[in-house]
Amino acid sequence: MQLNMVEKGDIVLIEVQEERMDAHNSSDLKEKMLQLFDEDKCNIVIDLAQVRFVDSSGLGALVSGFKNASARNGNLKLCGLQPQVKSMFELTRLHRVFEIFPGTDEALASF
Amino acid sequence: MKTVEVDIKVPNQTQYLGLIGKIGEDIARTLEKYGGDRDELAYHINLVLTEAMTNAICHANENDPSKEVHVIININGPRLNIKVYDEGQGFDISSLPSPDFDGDSDQGRGVYIIRSLMDEVHYRKSKNGHVLDMTKILYCDQAPLSNKSSKSGKQPSE
Repeated sequence: MQLNMVEKGDIVLIEVQEERMDAHNSSDLKEKMLQLFDEDKCNIVIDLAQVRFVDSSGLGALVSGFKNASARNGNLKLCGLQPQVKSMFELTRLHRVFEIFPGTDEALASF
Repeated sequence: MKTVEVDIKVPNQTQYLGLIGKIGEDIARTLEKYGGDRDELAYHINLVLTEAMTNAICHANENDPSKEVHVIININGPRLNIKVYDEGQGFDISSLPSPDFDGDSDQGRGVYIIRSLMDEVHYRKSKNGHVLDMTKILYCDQAPLSNKSSKSGKQPSE
């Protein structure tokens, strides 16, 4: 999975540079986040603006990151959801779990 | 509406999820008289195929690269039917609980998504394994399409 990472103070912004997040590539994101947690980087924003399709494995990777960040007193927030991707969060009611922002600026400013 | 059937076999590898999902999307976009949101239907068919194939590849076939996944997509009148055949021992999808919506479990949403988006879902034994058999009733401009077996309770935008 193509991921672009930018550190903004103590927040790490991860841009997912893929059209699909599914069972084939979601474990890459999960592993990358575990590396960040090992380095004590526990405040993460994930920008999904380029993601057109997400399945339950992709959602599972995001939930795993959220749980790990919360357990370390950090936070994982999302931004840039396309309408169909947003509808997946609503179908699975995960929009009640995550803080979701329109863009990266709003997400970064919320910490 | 003419009958359309696509029959595909792919190796038991997740790298084929995108390919099969895309085929499902393209088929959804070719439906002549569908009266609902075509983009939404295309996304849902992509999603259902992806979830069903992931179950077959990773769970039923246990990621065994020597196995195969067989997919048949059939559109006959108002019925859009997808069959995903695995070569595994099977699992009882009726025994799976709904995901814990108030918790933050990172698993258990795949079958819930399939059940939410399709009108009929069955999992049963087949020749070399099991088949996940899923049907969606499509609606035309005057919805539903003319077929006496159509259900009337579920709209495609659900």
